[in-house]
Amino acid sequence: MLEVQHLKKQYATQKAVDDISLTVKTGSIFGLLGPNGAGKSSLLRMITGITMPDAGNILLNGEPFELIKHSPLIGYMPEERGLYKKMKVGEQALYLGQLKGLSKTETLKKIKYWFDKLDMQSWENKKVEDLSKGMSQKLQFVITILHDPKLLILDEPFSGLDPVNSAVIKDEIYDLAQKGTTIIFSTHRMEQVEEICREIALVNKGKLILNGSVSEIKENFKQNMFQLEVDKPIEGYEKNIIKHDGNIYTLQFENNGEANNLLSYCLEHQFKIKTYSEILPSLNDIFIRLVEGDNGGVRQFDSK
Amino acid sequence: MNKIWLIIQREYISRVKKKSFLVTTLLIPILMLGLMATMAYMAAKSEQKEAIAVIDESGVFANKMDTSSSSYTIKYIKDGAHENHTTLLDKNNCDILLHIYPFRNGMPDSINIYKDGGVSLSAKEFISDDLNSVYQIKQMQDEGIDKAKIDSINNSSIHIKSFDLKNNKETSSEIATMIGYATGFLIYLVILIYGMSVMRGVMEEKTNRIAEVIISSVRPFQLMMGKIVGIALVGLTQFLLWLILTGSLQILLPLLVPELRHAMHPGSATGMDALNKVPPSELAGIFQTLSSQNWTLIISCFLFYFLGGYFLYAAMFAAVGSMVNEDQQEAQQMTIPITMPIILAFFIMTSAIKDPNSPLAIFGSLFPLTSPIVMMARIPYGVPAWQIAASMLLLVAGFVFMTWISAKIYRTGILLYGKKATWKEVFKWIRYS
Repeated sequence: MLEVQHLKKQYATQKAVDDISLTVKTGSIFGLLGPNGAGKSSLLRMITGITMPDAGNILLNGEPFELIKHSPLIGYMPEERGLYKKMKVGEQALYLGQLKGLSKTETLKKIKYWFDKLDMQSWENKKVEDLSKGMSQKLQFVITILHDPKLLILDEPFSGLDPVNSAVIKDEIYDLAQKGTTIIFSTHRMEQVEEICREIALVNKGKLILNGSVSEIKENFKQNMFQLEVDKPIEGYEKNIIKHDGNIYTLQFENNGEANNLLSYCLEHQFKIKTYSEILPSLNDIFIRLVEGDNGGVRQFDSK
Repeated sequence: MNKIWLIIQREYISRVKKKSFLVTTLLIPILMLGLMATMAYMAAKSEQKEAIAVIDESGVFANKMDTSSSSYTIKYIKDGAHENHTTLLDKNNCDILLHIYPFRNGMPDSINIYKDGGVSLSAKEFISDDLNSVYQIKQMQDEGIDKAKIDSINNSSIHIKSFDLKNNKETSSEIATMIGYATGFLIYLVILIYGMSVMRGVMEEKTNRIAEVIISSVRPFQLMMGKIVGIALVGLTQFLLWLILTGSLQILLPLLVPELRHAMHPGSATGMDALNKVPPSELAGIFQTLSSQNWTLIISCFLFYFLGGYFLYAAMFAAVGSMVNEDQQEAQQMTIPITMPIILAFFIMTSAIKDPNSPLAIFGSLFPLTSPIVMMARIPYGVPAWQIAASMLLLVAGFVFMTWISAKIYRTGILLYGKKATWKEVFKWIRYS
């Protein structure tokens, strides 16, 4: 669906995006992660055609990206929600839908469909300034998907939403992906990514530092940590034990072979094994490990 | 093209639907006419004359002062020289006391005016003019000039007519001044009011981050031009409504308030001093020149400079709006480089009205940043065709150039949050984008 090749963008004082290449498959839910100021929004803005890259290519379905041609394929919800405060909800949705190239009747039909589905019928004649933050977020989401985009780009879609509305939006995102919509969303909240995305890219200081499927990445970053729960103390593994709470041990090994040795040791000595499982790192741990190794993750301004 | 039309529609409708649009559209003509009507009405009603009590110890002025004034009556008082001024005024039922002390060596020595609460400038002028002419006549008589001769000299006056050689018709500089000033001032107002409105609109889109949503659907240039054109249409609509409203009010008001019928027609207005002083024959001349003005030229030039000036400046206001953040003060600061030439143009216009063919006026009417305002002041006096053509061409070129530059600033600025852009950075945007 989307291919990004060696994308670069320089702002006055810093490289916002520094040579990033990515591929996002059709129908996948792709998570773009990174600390604040890592360059996520700059990257997304180039993919949506809001800004032009200094160098590199963006291919959409194999063709070079062109705003006017491809804009109807893309739905973009920016991090800071953008709506006209004084405009009525219905008029606003109609206007922005038409700007995406839908006809008036089509837009009205879509508005009715989504407003009915998400219980928003009573909002139509309210002004945006009368909506709560969560409500306007929901409205922004509906406006973004009004024209059935093939590529949906959501910048921090859940910030400011209560759990109920978060769940509603999450369900819609799953639903859209089921129907073949490719979804990219950026966030700095890892637990959401782990829950929703199958593929992720981690960006820090404008550079891509990690890219792949969630399970692959976890596999690559595992530290051979295991948890063992038995009925009596084990002996001879003192150097591997990181901590133990009664007979629940957390151990780390050089490689998987050593872990198997422990298992055979337990079997040999007739231990009752309650659990023995590998501890995989959470994305959060990986994220912190990668980012902190690198100047604490805070972007420093060039002295110039 | 379809999308820019959508943007124009939104900008237009969202503004025209606002209550403030309705209020200003209705209120301004009513206020203006109301003000004019009350002024005329007051002038018509204020026939109350002020009475001047005169104590003439010199004997030169007694019974010789002009009593034909419509604002003042004169009452000579004998034997009041040593009484208290206030009791004198009360006793004679007068408002102003003029005390002329005895002459010394045949020359006026001391002449004082007294009034409760101070003497107004017009009263002082009236008295001083009056005394001067009496004194001058006395001096001439002292020199042995015949009284009849003096009267005939005083009553003679010269009447000057002015002609436009090229069109071979009589002209009136008063009318030209009026038209030039009114049209130039209107364009000045339009540029400022609607230019600011464009800037505020851009700032709204930037601070609410709507720009980001819209620019993922249309080009920044389309968004900017849509806004500028939409607001231009709002301005034209308001103008048209004002014209219709003032026109109909002018017809309706005198019917509703009969006293005004007399006052509202400038030819017979009592309140308008300038017109009062014009002899009737010349008044007829004014109306003749008014109707003989080249109205097609004036109106078409007005529309051209109105739109040209607005578009030129609106693009710049849009650029500035995209450069600033929420801060109103910041916006004000950044508009200074734009408002300066507008104000400069206004000053050149006032001088161009007095001297329409001075080098400054010609320069001002050609230079695109000032021409929309200055040229209108010169048009009623007749401007060579090549100058109008050059000025219009330059204005169009200036508009294209400014829009091009502004679009570049706008494109970068509208998406830049957090800090104010410095001019140095802005030059970078222009060069690199």
